[in-house]
Amino acid sequence: MGKNLVGNHIRKLRFNHDEMTQQQLADKVGVTRQTIVALEKGKYSPSLELAFRIAHAFNLHLEEVFFYQDNTKK
Amino acid sequence: MTYQEKKSIVSVITVILLFISFWLYMYPQHPEGGLESAETFRYWGYFVIQLTLVSIVVHIIISIIFNIVFRMTTREKEPTFADELDKLISLKASRNSFFVFIMGFLLAMGSLVIFEPSQVMFMILIFSGFLSDLTGSVTKIYHYRRGV
Repeated sequence: MGKNLVGNHIRKLRFNHDEMTQQQLADKVGVTRQTIVALEKGKYSPSLELAFRIAHAFNLHLEEVFFYQDNTKK
Repeated sequence: MTYQEKKSIVSVITVILLFISFWLYMYPQHPEGGLESAETFRYWGYFVIQLTLVSIVVHIIISIIFNIVFRMTTREKEPTFADELDKLISLKASRNSFFVFIMGFLLAMGSLVIFEPSQVMFMILIFSGFLSDLTGSVTKIYHYRRGV
């Protein structure tokens, strides 16, 4: 399995948004709680559409929620 | 453990138990006489159709029971839709499942090429169907636990 290079701050952002639960975020962006769990654990890179929906749920830009960690560049 | 992981594990157990019990039930009914008789072909045709129908019914019943038990034990509702992660994992499971079945199918045809009795061909086909079902469920468990 390829290493997941897309990281995110979802857990921190949920905490900062009135301690939003995983289920609440999942309902807001139209996925299951399992997907939010997988995203937070870095086990899944979301589609561009889902990434935008999550960023909109926090009223933030995409880059403020997701980041790319390229380990090949030194 | 999440709903999807639990459901996949239940599916694996169901497939194994169903296959073993069905095989134990049907195998003694194998007709006496020649391996290539019309009765033998009828037996295998009956075996495959019955196994397919029984496994569909059992999967539906187990799924309903599982959902009831899941609601009672976790006080959560089961997901009512498949999102993009579910669909992606489902696609990977189907791919692996088809691969295993095609390998079994080719092996079954190979058994005819080397003049094995048709009974061997049917056994390989049925066993590869079982293995492909199992592979699909195991792939789901793997990806739900380890990620995509």
